[in-house]
Parts: sequence; C-alpha cells; structure tokens
Amino acid sequence: MATPSTPVTGPRAPLIDPPIVAKNLTVAFSGREILSNVSFEVSRGQTLAVMGLSGVGKSTTLRCLVGLQKPTSGSVTMNGRDISELKPKEWDELRMRVGMVFQMPALFDSLTVGENVAFGLREHTRLGEEEISRIVSEKLAIVDLEGVEHLYPNQLSGGMQKRASLARTIATDPDIILYDEPTTGLDPIITTVISELIMDVQKRMHATCVVVTHDIRSALMVGHKIAMLHEGKIVWIGTSDEFQTTNNPYIVQFRDGSVGGPIRV
Amino acid sequence: MFSVFEILGLALIRFFEYVGCLVLLFIETMGYVLRGSIRISLTIQQMAFLGVNSVGIVIMTTTFAGMVMSLQLAHIAVRYGVSNVVGGGVALAMCRELGPMLTAVVVAGRAGAAITAEIGTMKVTEQISALITMAVSPVRYLVVPRFVGLLLMMPVLTLFSDLSGVIGGAVVAQNSAGVPYESFFDSITRMIEMSDVYCGLLKAMVFGIEVCLVASYQGLNTPRGAAGVGQATTGSVVVSMIVIFITNYFMSAWLFPVQ
Repeated sequence: MATPSTPVTGPRAPLIDPPIVAKNLTVAFSGREILSNVSFEVSRGQTLAVMGLSGVGKSTTLRCLVGLQKPTSGSVTMNGRDISELKPKEWDELRMRVGMVFQMPALFDSLTVGENVAFGLREHTRLGEEEISRIVSEKLAIVDLEGVEHLYPNQLSGGMQKRASLARTIATDPDIILYDEPTTGLDPIITTVISELIMDVQKRMHATCVVVTHDIRSALMVGHKIAMLHEGKIVWIGTSDEFQTTNNPYIVQFRDGSVGGPIRV
Repeated sequence: MFSVFEILGLALIRFFEYVGCLVLLFIETMGYVLRGSIRISLTIQQMAFLGVNSVGIVIMTTTFAGMVMSLQLAHIAVRYGVSNVVGGGVALAMCRELGPMLTAVVVAGRAGAAITAEIGTMKVTEQISALITMAVSPVRYLVVPRFVGLLLMMPVLTLFSDLSGVIGGAVVAQNSAGVPYESFFDSITRMIEMSDVYCGLLKAMVFGIEVCLVASYQGLNTPRGAAGVGQATTGSVVVSMIVIFITNYFMSAWLFPVQ
C-alpha cells in the first residue's frame, strides 16, 4: 500500500529547488506577443499565484510550463531540466510528477467520476483494482466528494466537477500542481471551498503550485507569492502581505477594481 | 492583392502540409499498432460503435444501389438477349466498386463525423490537453482503437454491402425484367472470381484507414469553440469523401487492370 512518503507511481527523488523556473518567456502568435520576457521561479513547496485580467497571458504561461505551448523564445526549467531538451520518455517521466487542473474541468465525459480519478493510476501503475478503488475513494474524500464514483461528470455541478478534477489530478501524488483559473465561474462560497482545498492539498502533499486566477481573495488565500501579469509582462511580484500594502499602480488599480489607472480595459 | 500564382501556391502548400500531417499521424498510429500497444476493450467498443451500429444504414444504402443498378441493367440486357450477364454485372460492380465505396461513404458520414465531433469536443474542452499532461498519448488512447476498429470492421461491412446489393439486384431483376433467380445467381458464379471480392475488401480497408486518419486529424486540430467542432466535422466528411473517390480510382486501376 502506498504511504504519503511513497507516491503511488513509485519512489522518486525530491524535486530540485527551485522546481519551476521560467526565464525570458516570450510567446507570439502571428507576430502578436502574448507573453513578453516573463521570468519567475517558484521555490519547492511554495505556491505562486499569477493574477491579471482575462487575456493577458496567464493560461499561456501555465501551458508553457507543462509543454502544451512552445515558447517563441526563452526557457522553462522544471525540476532542473530545460523542458525544450526533453525527449518524449523524459517528458512522460516529468509529467508523472506534474498535475494540472484546467479552467474547464476537462473530466473525460465518457468515463464516470471514479474512472476519471482512477485514470492515471490505471495508466501508470500496476496497482490492483481494489487498491485503485481505495485510492479513488480516499482522493474523493479529500475533495469532499464521497460517493459520486459512479456518476458521470455531466451529472455534477460546476463546483463538484472542479473538485473531481482536483481529485483526478492528485490521484497520482504529483509534486507540482498547476491550476488554471480553478475558481472561475463559481460562487463566492464554492470559491472559498476550492481555495481551501488548494491550500489543504498543497500542505498534505508538500506540492509546489502555480495558481492562475483573477480572483484576488483566492490568490491571497493560496499564494505564498503573487505575480501580476499585464499585457504579457510581469509588472509586479511579491508576497501576499506586500500585495496588500504596495503602492504599485497596477496592484492598486487591480486591488481597488477602479477603471482609471495603468490597466486599460 | 494576391496574384493567381500566390493563391495557387498557398493552396498547394496547405495541401501538402495537410497530407504530410496525415502521413505523420499514420506513422505514429502504426508505430503503436506494430508495438501491440492496443487497448482491447476500447477497440471492441469502437468496433461496436463504428462498425456494428453502421450495419443497418450500410445494408439499406447498398440494397437500393444494387436495386437501381439492376433496374437499369436488366432491361437493356433482356432487350439485347444477354440476360444471363445481369447477375454477374451487378455482383462485379458491387464487389469491385459500389460495395467498398458506398460503405466507405456511409462510414465517412456516420462514423467519421462521430470521430471528429467526439475528439473535437474533447479538444475544445481541454480533455486532450488533460490526456497530454497525464502522460497519455492522445494518438494511442483515441486514434489507435478507432483505427484498428475501422480496419477490422470495414471488410465486414463491405461484405454485408456486397451481399445486400446483390440480393436487392436479384429481386429487381426477377420482378422488373423477368430475369430468373437461377439465371441471375448462375451468372454470378460464372463471372465473379474470389479475387474480385478480396480486392474489394482490400479497398475497403484502405478507405477505413483514410476515414479514421482524416477524422482523427480534423478532431485533434479542431479550432476553439462549438463552431470549431462544426467546421471540423464538416471538413472531415468532405475531405474523407474526396480522398475516398480519388483513392478508389487509383486502386481500381491497380487492382482491376483492363485486359
């Protein structure tokens, strides 16, 4: 039986610190820059919340980290390896340590919730069905979704789908978890529930996390550090305490929700 | 303003890019197939969905195709006193051309569209991205079972097509032009060789591969949004049809050379 110190996918070396480093990341589509020289790093066991308006490149940043988007220039180093140099097999090994929660829950709609959560375990482990079933129940309990194994994703509410998606992500005990707008479209109470879950999972698994969000309250709850992205550039980065006291005009405008300021809508 | 040459050049580049992508998808898919990386349960599911569920529509389509051919052929044959070739003529056309091609057209419209719509919806709802981030190849998980499923089911569906077309043709020949069943089926045994049937089945397998590759490629490259799924699905059916008709000509010229 797997213990908290032994991931279900097998023993592995601790992450190299810092496990996530982005250097001068630039992404351009048809000559238009979505990201421009974005650099940051996330220390082991820390959570970076990336904030900004819609369409400023937050999700693109996340997609670059996991190889879903190839940067035009710049580099991403995950667990000490430049991801542009990874061979397919090395990618798979890295992805076994990385989990991603998508903006749309991205649950496989032809599978039940239980099968969704078990998906990674069936793909990458030799665990028996009994053990898989135990892990599925355990992970669903962590996200407070006991007893929904047999339901299909379309039978769940939006908030439940997000939680099921989180359960699927943590099923293989990833060291690094990336969240793309985990609270978008949810009411304030469920937003708090999801934010608390993110914190809880991070603490339980000692995971290194990047959370992309435009929800200030959620970012302050989950982020050890907060980065503000605007027009493809990081215009501010600091701790959550600094976020509340800084006079940076971008942060002040975003914090106050005012129309006037450097952020043009 | 683009000149005619620029437009033609652009179209040519896009065409070769598309064909190149299909070839790469074929190579990747065959890589998994040859390594035996096939999920049996998913493949059986796809064989049922893409193949078994298409049997009814395939039989209906080809029965009427056989009937209409017999309707035209039987009267002329009787008029010229060669009614003893009607059965052979219908069976040859069904086994060599109409059976495989009509089956492929029906499969492209039904199964190909379904493949594109399903994979395309998975693309726009980030399920494909989720597969990738979970270190699962979308080609292995989604394309390979459909590829093997269609490869195995196309010959079976084509056999149903051939049979139903011939039976439909026999019924019309007897009732419309008075060609007896004995004469109809006797001419089939005289004129048809097993190679006609096998070659037709080979064509069907090639069409199945083409439908699967085009449909999967369109699905995996679906643009964002519901409109994107619609566009990809329409494109999948149109491209599949064109590819089937072109391939059919060249395969016929190769498999059934005029003596």
